[in-house]
Amino acid sequence: MSANNGMNLTLKVWRQQNQNAKGNMETYQVADISPDSSFLEMMDILNEQLIEEGKEPIAFDHDCREGICGSCSMFINGEAHGPGKEITTCQLHMREFKDGDTIYIEPWRAKAFPVIKDLVVDRSSFDRVMAAGGFVSVNTSGNTVDANAIPIEKADADSAFDAATCIGCGACVATCKNASAMLFVSAKVSQFALLPQGQVEAKDRVMNMVKVMDEEGFGNCTNTGACEVECPKGISIENIARMNREYLKASVNGDN
Amino acid sequence: MSILDSNIPEGPIADKWTKHKNDIRLVNPANKRLIDVIVVGTGLAGGSAAATLAELGYNVKAFCYQDSPRRAHSIAAQGGINAAKNYQGDGDSTYRLFYDTVKGGDYRSREANVHRLAEVSTNIIDQCVAQGVPFARDYGGLLDNRSFGGVQVSRTFYAKGQTGQQLLLGCYSAMSRQIGKGKIKMYNRHEMMDLVLVDGKARGIIARNLVTGEIERHSAHAVVIASGGYGNVFFLSTNAMGSNTSAAWKIHKKGAFFANPCFTQIHPTCIPQHGEQQSKLTLMSESLRNDGRIWVPKKKEDAEAIRKGKLNGTDVPEEDRDYFLERRYPSFGNLVPRDVASRAAKERCDAGYGVGTNETGEAVFLDFDAAIMRYGQETANVQGLHDANDKKVRELGEKVIATKYGNLFQMYEKIRDVNPYKEPMKIYPAVHYTMGGVWVDYNLMTTIPGCYAIGEANFSDHGANRLGASALMQGLADGYFVLPYTIGDYLADDIRTGPIPTDSPEFDEAEKNVQKTIDFFLNNKGSKSVDYFHKRLGKIMWNQVGMARSEEGLKDAIAKIKALREEFWKEVRVPGEAENINQELEKAGRVADFLELGELFARDALERNESCGGHFREEYQTEEGEAVRDDKNFAFVSAWEFKGEPSEAVMHKEPLNYENIELKTRSYK
Repeated sequence: MSANNGMNLTLKVWRQQNQNAKGNMETYQVADISPDSSFLEMMDILNEQLIEEGKEPIAFDHDCREGICGSCSMFINGEAHGPGKEITTCQLHMREFKDGDTIYIEPWRAKAFPVIKDLVVDRSSFDRVMAAGGFVSVNTSGNTVDANAIPIEKADADSAFDAATCIGCGACVATCKNASAMLFVSAKVSQFALLPQGQVEAKDRVMNMVKVMDEEGFGNCTNTGACEVECPKGISIENIARMNREYLKASVNGDN
Repeated sequence: MSILDSNIPEGPIADKWTKHKNDIRLVNPANKRLIDVIVVGTGLAGGSAAATLAELGYNVKAFCYQDSPRRAHSIAAQGGINAAKNYQGDGDSTYRLFYDTVKGGDYRSREANVHRLAEVSTNIIDQCVAQGVPFARDYGGLLDNRSFGGVQVSRTFYAKGQTGQQLLLGCYSAMSRQIGKGKIKMYNRHEMMDLVLVDGKARGIIARNLVTGEIERHSAHAVVIASGGYGNVFFLSTNAMGSNTSAAWKIHKKGAFFANPCFTQIHPTCIPQHGEQQSKLTLMSESLRNDGRIWVPKKKEDAEAIRKGKLNGTDVPEEDRDYFLERRYPSFGNLVPRDVASRAAKERCDAGYGVGTNETGEAVFLDFDAAIMRYGQETANVQGLHDANDKKVRELGEKVIATKYGNLFQMYEKIRDVNPYKEPMKIYPAVHYTMGGVWVDYNLMTTIPGCYAIGEANFSDHGANRLGASALMQGLADGYFVLPYTIGDYLADDIRTGPIPTDSPEFDEAEKNVQKTIDFFLNNKGSKSVDYFHKRLGKIMWNQVGMARSEEGLKDAIAKIKALREEFWKEVRVPGEAENINQELEKAGRVADFLELGELFARDALERNESCGGHFREEYQTEEGEAVRDDKNFAFVSAWEFKGEPSEAVMHKEPLNYENIELKTRSYK
């Protein structure tokens, strides 16, 4: 990309040495950024510049850089994963910005996601919610029934798939004023609730996952719908309604 | 006689695996509780192995560098997973999947392993459905299939363009269940730094906690490496940024032979590079070749006008388009295997017909227009819209394409800022997968007793070229259905061993060496970043050890990589501290290993004086540019033994004996 359509930008970035340190915003300048570069490529350039200057580069989570691993997690100009609909930070491109812009970059903020360095947060609370019930209890055997033994209505299979596309990035939590994890948890509960394989443990699953979700310090849902708007995979809040139904069903019938 | 013993069971190929399972030793459930197994990597192979080993009763310690096992790069696999279910009734069978895989691999894989893979393929689909993996279904509620390259049946199961994600989340669910039970102890954000051998056996690893920087000792009775491939030796690839060869390379340096490093897959359909600031490349799934047609202009002046932005692909009339795959390979058309499709695209671009708008002009079209109109017409017929105009048909067709490939089209549009429903995609080959890897025997054990390698990290199933939708199959086959059984045969000797202590001199020594390297990096007063060296290595690899290789180029590459490695150790600068998250320090260790592997890779390519699969030597081709294989002299696996510098590595040969499939020149014409 030629120098004349490269962009010059001012970046205000959250820096924090470790979980216990006090963080603050630092200001940096980057020059000649190609509009075709991704946002994270712009961050790479900034980091190269910092290394050159003998400074410590900015730590941020990223891996696949194609919007599917769920690692990247930046709050850009007050929005989870920045401007643009249904994208992760790594899918955000610099053509969304203008020459001379100032961009604010912060980590996810939630009690259940402590910042451990700069823009990196600890999302292991999600793993613990999953370990409480985000599975079907079937051992590997090679003798399970044939995959086509139980037909599943296409509409249900498709809805289960839509819920299952959650990448566990945590944008829903970061964007929610209550730091609620209802969209994340309900996506997993819904996937299994829509499939016959998930029915056997449906009651325990929803009760156990919700219990751990609460223990981890995620807030409650007040139906603002911000999570759905910011979700890079377009997971619908209908899933939250479905989880509430599952929860109610389990509470009424269950002995929990 | 080779010193390599592949331990292939006797008997007819179709009975080998069953017989082997009946013959090998078992560990009873009470004794499994006394045995610890370390699994490094939590992709499809590592995740499925960890979950299954824990279900069986072993104590598993699993490690991943990511912040959660769910993020391993298997998650990014798009198109699908093969299985010989024959649900479509199109003549598929275990034998056909076996045959297609051996042929697709250009006759450089081990027959017995591939047959076993084909046998267990059907179990994988059953298992995944039982776990709640939401595969695509048709209106009757049964599973749907699509076709992939190099085969003439529909045996690929899929979940839109996110099959890898759904399968990995299935593994992750199965792991989560065992983590909840305490049978798997999960170490997120941990990187394996070295393997520890005690009395010649793999007995543990040294790991670095990537958050606190602490160097930790972990012991076990066996160590399983499932750390994926080494495509990032090219810097730009479709791998994740963190994908690395370090775990595999560390065990290589401790005695595990490294097999066929030059067998690398360059995938034909990736989004072309935009410029020098590029950090990685993005794949567009091979499944798109079910419906997309690949072409370049017939006239050089049209290609040039497109490169200059003066002409649009859609403006080139039908008769001026060269659908070069359909032209050269009429019977497989756009669904030729990846190596063939990639070389054909390169050939057209080299000849001046490329349509890329970037500096190199390297790109070809992947066009959905015909498919959109075909599906649109079909839908119009079903809906009884017999007089639908072109606009309506197109609208209906775009909807069908969206349901099949929606997320891929979205990805393309986000990256290129071009609507692929309206304009053909531009694609170009990129490094995607490595068929080579750690040498393993039939039991998936490396040349180090008690050290196993599974999934992309090993070498055994794909020969010189992997067929589409076979990586997911192999990862899960190894992890769910092969390793958990074969490992018992080895562990049966360890039921009375008891816990392996970590205060031994062997652990002391390994930890000391790890610490020494870290101290070196942080105190080296260099002037260049890690990426500076990685990018240079990548350029050498891509230009001289990439899609076309020559003796001269390889010799030059070997010298250049060696010099670059020396410069790296003198000039690298790693800022920050050891007791904290330090992503530059992580990268430094990984690139140091790539700089060694790269040289061995080029040496392997130099020694293999033939063209086969993804390995194309310019000296060995027909007049039409097809690969010329040399079965008389090269029907073997090259397994390299570490001896210090890569230039001193010693090659051992495992002869490949084809008893069931006749060696033939691959033809997709």
